[in-house]
Amino acid sequence: MIASVLVKRAGMAIVTLFGVAVVVFLLLRVAPGDPIAMMIGAGASASDIADLRARYGLDQPLLVQFGIWLAGVLRGDFGVSISLRRDVLELLAERLPATLELAGLACTFAVVIGGAVAVLGTLLRRRKGEAVLDGVNGLLLAVPDFVWALAFVLLLGVLWPVLPLSGRMDPSVGVPFVTRFYLTESVLTGRFVIAGDIIAHMVMPVLALALPLAAVIARILKDGLSEAMVQDYVLLARVKGMSELRLVVGEALRNAVGPTLALTGVQFTFLIGGTVIVERIFAFPGIGSMAIDAVINRDLPLIQGLVLVFGALFILVNLAVDLAVVALNPRLRHG
Amino acid sequence: MAEIATAAPVPAAPPSRLAKTLRALVAQPKVIWGGGFILFLLLLALAAPFIAPHDPLAQDLMAGTLPPVGFAEHDAAYLLGTDDLGRDVLSRLIYGTRIALTVAVIAAVLAALVGTILGLLAGYYGGIVDTVVSRLIEIWMAFPPVLLSILVVAIMGSGVTSVIAAIAIIDWTRFARVVRAETMAQAQADYVTAARTLGFGRLAILFREILPNVAPVLLALLTLEMGIAVIVEAILSFVGLSVSSDTPTWGGMIAQGRQIIYQAWWVFAAPLAALFATVLAFNQLGDGLRRALDPVMQR
Amino acid sequence: MTVPLLAVSHLNAVVGRAGNAPVLRDVSLTIARGEVHGLVGESGAGKSTIAKAILGILPHGIRITGGSIALEGEDLLTFDAVTLRQKLGPAVSLIPQDPQTALNPGRRIEAQLTDGLRLWKGMSAKDAHARALQLLEEVQMREPARVMRSFPHELSGGMRQRVLIAAAFALEPKLVIADEPTTALDVTVQKQILRLIRSMQERHGTGVVFVTHDLGVVAQICDRATLLYMGKVMEQGNVSDLLNKPRHAYTKALMEACPRYDQPGRGLAPVPEEVFAACRAEIAAFDQAGAGHG
Repeated sequence: MIASVLVKRAGMAIVTLFGVAVVVFLLLRVAPGDPIAMMIGAGASASDIADLRARYGLDQPLLVQFGIWLAGVLRGDFGVSISLRRDVLELLAERLPATLELAGLACTFAVVIGGAVAVLGTLLRRRKGEAVLDGVNGLLLAVPDFVWALAFVLLLGVLWPVLPLSGRMDPSVGVPFVTRFYLTESVLTGRFVIAGDIIAHMVMPVLALALPLAAVIARILKDGLSEAMVQDYVLLARVKGMSELRLVVGEALRNAVGPTLALTGVQFTFLIGGTVIVERIFAFPGIGSMAIDAVINRDLPLIQGLVLVFGALFILVNLAVDLAVVALNPRLRHG
Repeated sequence: MAEIATAAPVPAAPPSRLAKTLRALVAQPKVIWGGGFILFLLLLALAAPFIAPHDPLAQDLMAGTLPPVGFAEHDAAYLLGTDDLGRDVLSRLIYGTRIALTVAVIAAVLAALVGTILGLLAGYYGGIVDTVVSRLIEIWMAFPPVLLSILVVAIMGSGVTSVIAAIAIIDWTRFARVVRAETMAQAQADYVTAARTLGFGRLAILFREILPNVAPVLLALLTLEMGIAVIVEAILSFVGLSVSSDTPTWGGMIAQGRQIIYQAWWVFAAPLAALFATVLAFNQLGDGLRRALDPVMQR
Repeated sequence: MTVPLLAVSHLNAVVGRAGNAPVLRDVSLTIARGEVHGLVGESGAGKSTIAKAILGILPHGIRITGGSIALEGEDLLTFDAVTLRQKLGPAVSLIPQDPQTALNPGRRIEAQLTDGLRLWKGMSAKDAHARALQLLEEVQMREPARVMRSFPHELSGGMRQRVLIAAAFALEPKLVIADEPTTALDVTVQKQILRLIRSMQERHGTGVVFVTHDLGVVAQICDRATLLYMGKVMEQGNVSDLLNKPRHAYTKALMEACPRYDQPGRGLAPVPEEVFAACRAEIAAFDQAGAGHG
């Protein structure tokens, strides 16, 4: 039963991805402005432009263009970036690992912070600390990643300059890497000094992305925990003589996590979207900052490739959340 | 039929209900200070020419990068200091409220309009309409919103109109999702069945029976969306895609301040603080409205 | 003289922020080792409040204003929360009312049966597992090994109540509080569960506080009983005396109201209004006297 639901989800995901591709394609082709003209600038002859248009397939009818592009994508050929003059797939492969590490770390961080705040708030319930914690959480909940990122730039980058303001690592580090997952690789190969430098570069973007999500998780998880804490099974565990911490973590938490995840799932996809502007602010070399340049340069093949990657990430995150919700609920798991 | 039509909807007497709602609103501290701050901003925007101590565009290169009052080498004429071109930060901040609030209100209302109509239709009619709208929402949400807004503005060209359009085009899904779910729940309710047996048309039921019940949630959502719109405008300005550079905007000031952050951090800090406070105020107001107007929350 | 297992004396409790609504009025009762003591009354009579006070889990809003609860001579009300937990955890346990909600839906039965053993007896996982299996056999659970691996939703209501009984006796507690343990169950299962509690109690020599509103159940399982009305003790004594020679009008009326399986056609007579009026007058007089002191 669960398998069939997942198959159905996957089918819908493909429809969504296709829809995303169509929407972007239409938006870009209907739009005024010629990417070729932007590319070679003034002074190009009409025949030069026509040549280039033919080379990028822009002289074909819309439907044919879409067909050519789609056929290419299915073969693994995403075309060539107009502004960077490189293979789109290559560019994506180069940039995606940075974004994955950033988003992955931010998600982990959000879950850990949000979880800890929710547990702490539950332990402190009906005390002064709870109100303070709720107030701080409300603040985090209201202010989006963009504003946090800028605030960190100002506070931790300039006024009290303790963290590097931009990039993924110190440019003077000339160590060769086998993969593009610099952080993962440096940790796995035991190069901790370099890993430390990479982490220092990631602290601010990760925090900016993680704080709003952490606040949402904290709010919803705390509601779930409060609900669970008045259940009979917690009362019984209390009678058994379990400590308050054990009641919250050992008894209530496991029943609150699943529903919380189901309710916050969509927020994880917001975090993926948030990487675009946060990467830009910290000049973090992922697909997000590349995407902004691609749009401004009207780089059609690159934009399409990027949007497809973002769409796929969105779908994968949703799928992962669905799977986790099932895995965490014994009724669904065995039902 | 005509008599029934005029007699049936909203049995409660309007004045007492209004009074009750107002009392509930005033009882929410979040509404008071969130709404109070927004009102303050609105006054600033309207009275900008009279309040602003300087012309926001007037350059005075002799008075460049002056720090705010209280720091060394400040000039008392420039309360929040000046930027690298000697323009008064406070005046630019005050004028910036104009774009911020214009975008916030118009974009949020447009997004609400589109989203509410689609959400109502999907939730009430179900079937193929619901499938189409739900698919659309799903597709829309698969885009990173920032990327989509930049895309729209890049296509339409920069300017306030395209910023507003971009926000409406992107954020209608927030309204559609909530309104669709609410409408689905409401459509099952007894009073809707009652209206249907009385022979009301579908559209009449939709707009006279269901919409008023969705309204409280909608109003709260609208307020939250205004806060989001202020941010999106700032993001677009920051990327360099909003309005032209001779109109002062918070996002534009932030982008400019980022360039000179080591020489004049206050050019960056002042609009950032304004953004922070505004977003917080809209958020608190929305939260307060939701608490005050939602009958379930009042219990 | 020997110290009783449990001695509740002159316990008073109030509810509400103003603290002017008494829920327990000078309640005293003692329970000997191995005794099954019924706490009988209608809902709101204070029987659950007494049970919760003994367990130290009174809900917020209910406050004890006087008296003592002594377990083997130690007044529980003088302990701080941590000490109380350490004293009560291994010594007093609870068989809850509703087996549907009293087991954690997210944990396997084994985990819920062994956590107390590991916490208070310091058993290894292996020893605790063996002991839990033994307990399940003792409560006549079929396929105990499979039950150990199950989640609560895979068991029937009667099976869950057996698990809860096994858990309640796992630590060889001195006292078990049974809070209407059969009301949520099928009539057919009720009898089995009552018999099970009685046999477990006899085998382990455990004292039991049995909270119920059903005099029939009291007759079946209890040695002694305390009858409560509006938080005040109406009558107290051996069950045989209580049922055969009731002294208080309220007890008599309650017995009339109780369905009798042995005498079909009798019982189910509503408690007459004048009996209630008499009870209320008694309580009003008591409150008056208390106010005079204060």
